Amino acid sequence: MSAPIVPASAIGPATGVPAGTRFTVCPFTGRRLDEVALSLTRWNAVTSIVALLVGAIAAVLIVLTRWQAVHLLPAVWFYRILGVHGMSMLIFFIIFFEMAVLHFTSTALLNARNVAPKTSWFAYGLMLLGALMVEYLMWAGKADVLFTSYVPLRAHPLFYLGVILFAVGALIVTGVFFANLAIAKRERTYEGSMPLVVYGAMTAAIIAAITLVHGAMIYIPTFLWSLGLMEVDPQVYRLLWWALGHSSQQINVAAMVAIWYMLGALTVGAVVLNEKISRSAFVLYILFISLASAHHLLVDPGMGSAWKIVNTSYFMYMAVLASLLHGFTVPAGMELGMRLRGYTNGMFDWLRRAPWGDPGFSSLVLSIVVFGFIGGITGVTIGTEQINIIVHNTLRSPGHFHATVVSGTAMAFMGLTYYLIPLVFRKKVALWSLAKLQPYIFAGGMVIFTISMTFAGTFGVPRRHWDISFSQAPFDVAFSPAVDMFLALVALGGVTAATGAFIFIAIAVKSVFFGEALGEVVPLSNMRGVPQGLTHPPKHSADVDERWERMHGPEAGWMGPAPGTLVLVFVFLAAFMLYFFVNWKVLSFVWRIG
Amino acid sequence: MHIDIHTGLDSPKGNWWKPAHRSEKTWVVIAFAWCMVLFAMMPLWHWKGGQNPSGIRRRVEPAAFYKRTLEFTNQYKVGDDRGMPIVAPPPGADIYLTAMAFQWTPILKLQKGKEYILHLSSLDVNHGFSLYPININFQVVPGYDYGLRVTPNAAGDFRIICNEFCGIGHHTMVGRVIVEDSSTAPVAAAAGDLQ
Ligand SMILES: [Cu+2]
Repeated sequence: MSAPIVPASAIGPATGVPAGTRFTVCPFTGRRLDEVALSLTRWNAVTSIVALLVGAIAAVLIVLTRWQAVHLLPAVWFYRILGVHGMSMLIFFIIFFEMAVLHFTSTALLNARNVAPKTSWFAYGLMLLGALMVEYLMWAGKADVLFTSYVPLRAHPLFYLGVILFAVGALIVTGVFFANLAIAKRERTYEGSMPLVVYGAMTAAIIAAITLVHGAMIYIPTFLWSLGLMEVDPQVYRLLWWALGHSSQQINVAAMVAIWYMLGALTVGAVVLNEKISRSAFVLYILFISLASAHHLLVDPGMGSAWKIVNTSYFMYMAVLASLLHGFTVPAGMELGMRLRGYTNGMFDWLRRAPWGDPGFSSLVLSIVVFGFIGGITGVTIGTEQINIIVHNTLRSPGHFHATVVSGTAMAFMGLTYYLIPLVFRKKVALWSLAKLQPYIFAGGMVIFTISMTFAGTFGVPRRHWDISFSQAPFDVAFSPAVDMFLALVALGGVTAATGAFIFIAIAVKSVFFGEALGEVVPLSNMRGVPQGLTHPPKHSADVDERWERMHGPEAGWMGPAPGTLVLVFVFLAAFMLYFFVNWKVLSFVWRIG
Repeated sequence: MHIDIHTGLDSPKGNWWKPAHRSEKTWVVIAFAWCMVLFAMMPLWHWKGGQNPSGIRRRVEPAAFYKRTLEFTNQYKVGDDRGMPIVAPPPGADIYLTAMAFQWTPILKLQKGKEYILHLSSLDVNHGFSLYPININFQVVPGYDYGLRVTPNAAGDFRIICNEFCGIGHHTMVGRVIVEDSSTAPVAAAAGDLQ
């Protein structure tokens, strides 16, 4: 049951709220919620999940084609569906969801309002129109250029126009986000600095603005080129396209980390260990991450080594440093949050006694682990100028980014959705027993999928390739039988993960459209369909100040307030070092190249 | 003394620019040091290592590059396989490999342990040079000549797989490279040059 609509004047100390703006009070937190912002959040989230459905169906068709024993689709449809998969997942699913996050964080977390409802809806309409144009042209076979659409491969001009409309819509939403922040500040809807989660969302929005400008720089000329009005240099296209293509993944990283902090707080009462470190790490993303896109061009003819090293080392590694910092502060904040609630025994008791049955929590942990251990380690390694020689355009590349974007970002989105369903849609989570299992099914599938893909890639199996039996090629190529096994595992993992995605979609759709209204939430009771973080709000123990003091004091030892996390990050670092140097060793066996 | 403990959902109270605990600082320092190791490896490998993708890079008209490839092919042609010329250039030569949808031309015959300057370019769209089974990969971009010094370190019959989507026939785009061990095989005697 949605809370009654309360006139703005009746709520709290906020000032300067114009008459006619409609608010409700959140039944869990007592925060003031703007109905317009909630509506925008709902519509963007629902659209995002529809795109996820399209992308996940495409995923199943693709893995069943790459598994040579099944080889489902004919070549034309394989490449077409591969394009559909990339655009639906990386662009439409993820960006619509990020728009929902921007609408939500800039209002609900600041007790603030959406300052431009009409503009926001217009932007949503523009994004939807662009997305539908792109989808139609891809399915109609008028844009068989795959996700990257490298010039001079040519698609129908409306394909490029659709992308431009979508990007303009997204750019407008980022503008509204900043306006919401500015007005909230002016209207003093919150005290002091903005919360860390909003700060993270702002980081994502800033990177989004930079990225979308690059998008305009490349898609507008390409649109004109497709109409025959100008020339576009293929290497310049690759450079600018990746300034869009990779930076857009950095929006995802920033949004994902912001969601990590949010889910940590909601599920286990995670504290911010040190605001200075966490916020500085977000600033590092803004400063350096957009410049790091060069790692897609490491074995391109257009740029020299100095350019490649500068862009992928100083710049990328400062962004990597930011991720290494969040990789410590997020779990450490969770550990300390648990300890402050009384789970203080030993090194890992806090982890053992965490709410593993809360899908928001399990999604969060699995997102951090798969993103860090598989996505992060492989990504930094293959983004090295020389190691890229043995990686470029092999299956190792999608193996990496399915661990980051799909296992990391998408899982963070899924985990957050389990909380948005009660908080924003005011419904119980449907199919509750399945919901508890879903993160494990999805993550398990993705782990098998990404690792198998990475191994297949080390044999040189190309990405974006219909038939590695090369039946119609002039010269025979025979991959090792191990490759067949890895591709079968890719299919197994892929179908498992897709099953996890379908379960998620079923849960979301059933909850939102046919779900049971939330009704009254009884604290400390077990309610089906309500995540544990809401029924058992994580409250720190009464003597929290003394505990905090003690855990930071000398008696805690040099390992400080989060010793368990410190052990975990050193395990991570050891795995990282091992993988990195093994790759140099493998590289040294190939021909001399200079 | 009251300490503000809060989550990322709340505004930090007062001055939040507080020093971090020693354990956090330790991780920051170690993480930074590791990033510097990652950085140092790239320049270091240029200096001490043998595999670097730098090469000689210049713009080239696709037609001009193809003309150069045909001249090179005619100069050193030693036979053919399924209508595709086999070309055996002398060690140290500039060798030309053209990519086009959906073939690589010509077939190269090289000698183990000898250095060549391999020029890669495309006549139409982006292609991907992937040497099978060694797993060496380069991007081939139309309008650009990528000249790489390469030294085969083992004899064998290799394939060049296109690993950049270049159109519907992409998966049939396979070329061939033959590497002979000059110490065991009859010496080709850098034939073309001596005449
Ligand atoms: Cu190709």
